[in-house]
Amino acid sequence: MKQVAVVDYGLGNLRSVIRGLERAGAVATVTSDAETIASADGIVLPGVGAFREGMEMLGDLAETVVAAGRTVPLLGICLGMQMLMDTSEEHGVHQGLGLVPGDVKRFPQTAGEKIPHMGWNTIRIEQQDPLFEGLCREEYVYFVHSYYTSAAPEYTVATTTYIRPFASSVRNGTACGVQFHPEKSGAVGLRILENFIEML
Amino acid sequence: MVLTKRIIPCLDLKDGRVVKGTHFVALRDAGDPVELAQRYNQQGADEVVFLDITASREQRGTIIDVVQRAADQLFLPLTVGGGIRTLADMQQILRAGADKVSINTSAVQDPALISRGAERFGTQCIVVAIDVRRNLKMRPGATPIALPDGRECWYEVVTYGGTRPTGIDAIEWAREAEERGAGEILLTSMETDGTRDGFDIPITAAISEEVGVPVIASGGVGTLEHFYEGFVDGKADACLAASVFHYGEFTVRQVKEYLAARGIPVRL
Repeated sequence: MKQVAVVDYGLGNLRSVIRGLERAGAVATVTSDAETIASADGIVLPGVGAFREGMEMLGDLAETVVAAGRTVPLLGICLGMQMLMDTSEEHGVHQGLGLVPGDVKRFPQTAGEKIPHMGWNTIRIEQQDPLFEGLCREEYVYFVHSYYTSAAPEYTVATTTYIRPFASSVRNGTACGVQFHPEKSGAVGLRILENFIEML
Repeated sequence: MVLTKRIIPCLDLKDGRVVKGTHFVALRDAGDPVELAQRYNQQGADEVVFLDITASREQRGTIIDVVQRAADQLFLPLTVGGGIRTLADMQQILRAGADKVSINTSAVQDPALISRGAERFGTQCIVVAIDVRRNLKMRPGATPIALPDGRECWYEVVTYGGTRPTGIDAIEWAREAEERGAGEILLTSMETDGTRDGFDIPITAAISEEVGVPVIASGGVGTLEHFYEGFVDGKADACLAASVFHYGEFTVRQVKEYLAARGIPVRL
């Protein structure tokens, strides 16, 4: 069975991610141990909350995650995807892991559109990717976020529109990310987790 | 491609069992919240809310068990409310697998609980539930709201399940909750709750226009049209209902099909 390291840096509800990965047929271990992360078949970087706190709490593990993410499949979820990018402008400009070229920005405040972007919205798959194998070109998934990712088309796997179009899934080599929560997106989300396990 | 409007069934739990919903004969165990939540999931519910009305602190362990089992089976967003008074309570519920915690009376008594919860767990985790009642005796400083019959009133925040008036203006409280870091407002009007006459539209619309975070309308659904009114007239981002789903009057899917036919974006 494939070993997946779910990076624990002290944030968020990890239970659903673990159960989703287990259901997809993997052995999922919540860990903050560099060796366990370095030796896993795949890595999941989960996360909710703020960018800077997330990077701070990741701390020394950042190096391990970057090195591993260049060699084995790495899936960033929500804040975890944003942390894969170069920079974020959440509460000042902060450096990300730089695994995927692109930046994280705040949604502009507009009349009538609420922030956070919370609820079920459509992803539109822009380029074929093993992560979205077996899904339709457009699917509903569950989002909760106040900042969005902007990446060049070659790194943008799926897009979503809320206030403005943004990258809802990105990839650069073995590192990929989804802005939505596959572990909260019912059957579609479970399929995405299965696809990730298939890639290992 | 738009953000869809959400339909959220709410389950009231006491000692780990569903309080309403015993008429659901098709269920193997009518009182098991996870089984009922699974049924709503299959009908296309966008989220599920568990409201724990267990009186004693000693019995609180049962809600943790329910949340864990639900999180293991459902793979959709879970909100848990009732009896959450401290950051430790929040942490325990979130670790069990809930995505959001809902605080009500405890937030009114200690508004800093909102800010501390938002700082620690993120604003998206903190739902502030606001229960309101109309007060026709205007007072200086209260936000006047026009009722459909032409009268004017203000809406007062009530606590302890609607039993205790606080003197706090609902609009002001909603604004403060947002400033302190609430990621969502769950609004229940005691005027309409349990009446099946529809949501309390004037206050729902007023709060939805006042705050920049999503608003969930609650209290009073009796017909399919009431959901439509909640979204269109009440400008709600989500509608919550309990009894119409528990008693099997409509399925979540029927509500969504009705809304879709009337042009409301929903996930089907």
